[in-house]
Amino acid sequence: MPMSREDIFRSVQETLVDALGVDDDEVSAEATLKGDLGAESIDFLDIVFRLEKSFSIKIPRGELFPDDVLSNPEYVENGKLTPTGLESLKAAMPFADFTKMEQDPDISKMPDLFTVDTLVRYVDSKINT
Amino acid sequence: MRWFWIDGFEAFESGRRAVAFKNVSQSEEHVHDLFPGFPVMPPVLMIEGMAQTAGILVGEAREFREKVILAKIRLARFDRRVVPGDRLRYVAEMEIINDEGAATTGEVFCNDQLMGRVDLFFSHVDKNMSGLKFPEENFVFTKQFMSLLASFRSGFKTAPQAPQKAESLS
Repeated sequence: MPMSREDIFRSVQETLVDALGVDDDEVSAEATLKGDLGAESIDFLDIVFRLEKSFSIKIPRGELFPDDVLSNPEYVENGKLTPTGLESLKAAMPFADFTKMEQDPDISKMPDLFTVDTLVRYVDSKINT
Repeated sequence: MRWFWIDGFEAFESGRRAVAFKNVSQSEEHVHDLFPGFPVMPPVLMIEGMAQTAGILVGEAREFREKVILAKIRLARFDRRVVPGDRLRYVAEMEIINDEGAATTGEVFCNDQLMGRVDLFFSHVDKNMSGLKFPEENFVFTKQFMSLLASFRSGFKTAPQAPQKAESLS
């Protein structure tokens, strides 16, 4: 059932308010899950479960939150993503905005890739294709 | 040390729903610890009671092959105090279960009155803990713990029976 971006955003917003115990005005499109909304690792799993339920989609392990990039030595060097690593990550996450990572591919900044908008775009790609 | 926060099961539907009960007693240490002189069942231990009820439901759904640990309390609220003499009932329902873990919703009854809600999130720890190592054996579902479900399944009556008419003694 196709949904507009607005509707997806509202539903994702509600999911994050429930999962993270934040107010809805804190859940803006650019808010980062970890930095701005205080999400921890178990919250990411909870968010996946809730998104699957809200949107009736299946989110295979590693599709939304890829967990193998940082452990691959070809992708990371001296705390930064290599060009191969960056390309690989972009291919794995076409729904994320890599503008800031392209300017500074510091792996400690990777959590900032996960904004509310990243989730909205991911859900959009799953339900509207 | 025995860490039982439920006394037994009243119902168990594999993969769907579990109902456990607990009798609150004056002789339990913990009812006197929260507010000295004012015995009350600590809410955190009612959350643990629900965690045990729901945890066994989640574990049994995969034949206790997984190490199921409580990872997140999604929601916990209680609308009244519980005191010695009260009887608690935990009704846990499975919301979702997969390789990574499970989510449950739960209602808490005191003396058959709905007074609480506890929604939990469990992790299947071997599948989840990014490189951490855990012991091979399932340290979650110990023999002591499993005896609660075994008693229920064997038909051993831990739930209260309807009162019988007293026979004449003459």
